[in-house]
Amino acid sequence: MGTTDIIVKLILIVVIFLISLVVAMYSTYAERKIAAFFQDRLGPSRAGPFGILQPVADGTKMFLKEEIIPANSSKFLFIVGPSLAIMTACIGSAVIPWGQTLKIGTYVLDLQVTDINVGILYIFGVVSLGVYGVMIGGWASNNKYSLLGAIRAASQNISYEIAMGLSIIALLMTTGTLSLKEIAAQQHGWHWNVVYQPLGFLIFIICAFAETNRSPFDLPECETELVGGYHTEYSSMKLGFYLFAEYINMFISSAVMATIYFGGYNFPFMHSLGLSSNWVTILGVIALFAKIFFFIFFFMWVRWTIPRFRYDQLMDLGWKTLIPLAIANIVITGIVMTLFK
Amino acid sequence: MEALSNKRKVLEAKPLNIWERAYLPAIVKGMGITLKHFLFTKAVTISYPEQKREFSENFRGMHSLKRDEHGRERCTACGLCALSCPAEAITMISAERKPGEENLYREEKYAAVYEINMLRCIFCGLCEEACPKEAIYLDGDIVPSDYLRKDFIYGKDKLVEAPLNQ
Ligand code: SF4
Ligand code: SF4
Repeated sequence: MGTTDIIVKLILIVVIFLISLVVAMYSTYAERKIAAFFQDRLGPSRAGPFGILQPVADGTKMFLKEEIIPANSSKFLFIVGPSLAIMTACIGSAVIPWGQTLKIGTYVLDLQVTDINVGILYIFGVVSLGVYGVMIGGWASNNKYSLLGAIRAASQNISYEIAMGLSIIALLMTTGTLSLKEIAAQQHGWHWNVVYQPLGFLIFIICAFAETNRSPFDLPECETELVGGYHTEYSSMKLGFYLFAEYINMFISSAVMATIYFGGYNFPFMHSLGLSSNWVTILGVIALFAKIFFFIFFFMWVRWTIPRFRYDQLMDLGWKTLIPLAIANIVITGIVMTLFK
Repeated sequence: MEALSNKRKVLEAKPLNIWERAYLPAIVKGMGITLKHFLFTKAVTISYPEQKREFSENFRGMHSLKRDEHGRERCTACGLCALSCPAEAITMISAERKPGEENLYREEKYAAVYEINMLRCIFCGLCEEACPKEAIYLDGDIVPSDYLRKDFIYGKDKLVEAPLNQ
């Protein structure tokens, strides 16, 4: 790898990092606006035209709030918690193929930070690390509500990771690779994996809701029972980090879903349009982001429709429904693959 | 015993069938309903200070101290409004009208200071009912918000109607 490569990669990393932050920032705005529209309200409309500066105002407010670290908390871990949450949320974007290659002069720019051959495993690792931020923060707060929220988060993530992993195995059987780049490339045109793995996708998206702690599985921060859940004791920007991590997680999991099930940067007729490869790449990036934004909208749509599950129902659904279904999905995929080969 | 009204309904808790237990059909239906609201229903809320809802005719808002047809203050500082006020929001200091002030005050005694604490007031309208001189009416707008408690104590500068010739 030459110096240009390293510089280009660094720029790419910074750009992707900024994009995730901006998307997360505006997801908070979109969440409030979309929630308002679902409930026949207007939503934030004061800061700037249509309230477009609302995230900036929110961020400023978070920064200016008094920072409180409870006297009986474990101070070091209290700070580690939110830092870990936001860090693990951010590093997931490294393996996502944002597009094909751009040719600038003689230089070929690959729109992916790194193509490790176990991309999906990496994503899983990062996702399961994410729960540590919640766990540590909840435990360090020295507050029973925080602890209960943290325990809920941990057990929920562990339960749903199993079903999520099993649903991915069926996908890996059809694709035959763990690299996200190859998986994206295989879904050329409209050969999207969701067509071959509808049940797997359904299981995956349900688990994605649970892993990102989004409603209807937002029991770790269940206000009605646990005050604020794991971030009860947090204030100022540390609270901001927790809330922000949730939105980055949502962005990343939308990107993962778009990549592995909905064709990533592929769109129908991409090569029959007669465009140069650079244009196809740019359109592909736009297509990928359109899919991501659709999924983010979907996350919010579900949140403002479905009430929260009860905790035993959540465990029931995870262990008694999703895991058997995922195993059945593997078996069916295997049978179909053997019969049609 | 048999109920007389015959209105009683016996409800049985039916176990959910497989369709209902699958959750998904119900979820899809619910999402359809919310989407309809998202796309088609107009917002029922308004942007308040710029837009205002129409008040009913007997809406009780901010008080105003009235003047008579010659532009003189009607209030005679009898204190009946203060006595009738269930929230103890009204207080006043009376003064005697000097010769030459007949064009300012209708009665020989008038309120030199008249204060209503808008944080105490419950806008019941009893002061309006109690007033023998038809001097006080709650015909104003919503009392605006403010930052300090002391700014909610409205004196005559805010309460008395504008003079006639202006
Ligand atoms: S409206 Fe009622 S509460 Fe308010 S000042 Fe008049 S009597 Fe008192
Ligand atoms: S407002 Fe009416 S009731 Fe109150 S002091 Fe004046 S005259 Fe009397």
